[in-house]
Amino acid sequence: MGTFQPRVEPLNSSAMVPASFEVVEKHQDTADVWTLELVATSGEPFEFEPGQFTMLAAGGAGEVPISISGDPDKPERLVHTVKAVGLATAAICAAEPGQALSVRGPFGRRWPVDQLDGADVMIVAGGIGLPPLRPAILRLLARREQYGRLLLLYSGRSPDELLFTDELEEWSQRGVEVMVTVDAASAEWDGHVGVVTRLVRHARLEPAALVAMTCGPELMMRFLVAALSAQGIRADRVYVSMERNMQCGIGRCGHCQLGPTLVCRDGPVYRWPEVSPWVAIREL
Amino acid sequence: MRTIDELITDSPTFAGLEPAQLEFIAGCGRNEHVEAGTMLMRVADPADRFWLIRRGIIVLELYLPGREPLVIETLEPGDVVGWSWLFPPYRWALDGRAHGSCHLITFDGVCLRQKCEADHDLGFALMTRFANDLVGRLQATRLQLADVYGNVPAPG
Repeated sequence: MGTFQPRVEPLNSSAMVPASFEVVEKHQDTADVWTLELVATSGEPFEFEPGQFTMLAAGGAGEVPISISGDPDKPERLVHTVKAVGLATAAICAAEPGQALSVRGPFGRRWPVDQLDGADVMIVAGGIGLPPLRPAILRLLARREQYGRLLLLYSGRSPDELLFTDELEEWSQRGVEVMVTVDAASAEWDGHVGVVTRLVRHARLEPAALVAMTCGPELMMRFLVAALSAQGIRADRVYVSMERNMQCGIGRCGHCQLGPTLVCRDGPVYRWPEVSPWVAIREL
Repeated sequence: MRTIDELITDSPTFAGLEPAQLEFIAGCGRNEHVEAGTMLMRVADPADRFWLIRRGIIVLELYLPGREPLVIETLEPGDVVGWSWLFPPYRWALDGRAHGSCHLITFDGVCLRQKCEADHDLGFALMTRFANDLVGRLQATRLQLADVYGNVPAPG
């Protein structure tokens, strides 16, 4: 554990050549987040595993890595939930049904949902970190009987910026212990206020049985690992999804290098000890 | 029915203390039930007590003139509410409101300060635990302050 072994896999054509996908459905989640459902122009299903991402582009606005937020057991539609934060993501979010987007992928290492039989699984999502975890949640729920406790700790900036609020309720009814908190709220907000790490203390975790999977701002994940450690949970039981400047998606260009790893190829999902030596180094 | 020295061991703050210390601390505490909306503390009022939440949620608020009160944090069962009783000038720095009805253990802060003065072993054990809680809250506040979910422009 902790010694990184890079993967070398042959490339396939979907990795190099963008495929055309049509936007067939779109809805707005928050003020600056949209979910788009895409269907391949070829009509072929898009098989992927929870945690993987694609390189997505609208017109000439540039390609960006976007995690897949759809159900891995429903490959007929490729679902992306995108926050408009720059030129490329704004162009994607502006795409309307009928418009074509280009897609390469899927890329990257998946969440280990198929290796967690009998474990208590805790998902910790911060902000736009929930969409990359949604496929994992759906896969866990599809095989609910294989796991112990399922917990979702979700944190957002404010109540207005929370995603998938209807689904949170549905997941709760299907056996997920859902705890939601926001960083700031008015007195009208009925839920928790405070950072997500504060919820850990109240989750009454069993360290030997727990595996955590987290996606969110890197600072949040670092604080989370510290909070889990304080509860006795070993770092190698924590999986994180890292984000770097991914461009080629296939481990060739080197833009997303993090220590000895390339996030697009070797991640984005890592066990924490695989990346912890590198994340706090400013020069990286 | 569980006694106060038994109840307070449910809190991470008090877990692991010696039975005699728990009994000593419990001597300054009493069970209390408060209704929704009860203000436990108001900014600048004398801070002579603190609370351990057994059931319910306490909301810490900051009053901003001309604006709706800002909720800083919500505290849950097992959390300690209130630190200002520990340090001069013993005045509250935030408002604290019960969100829904709450079951609390209310501690007489003056009583406990005096016991800590008289028994430094107890005082050290308690202050270590309170300091650990405060560091946890400080770290959480730092993360909150970082506004990690806000849109941050790329450097350069």
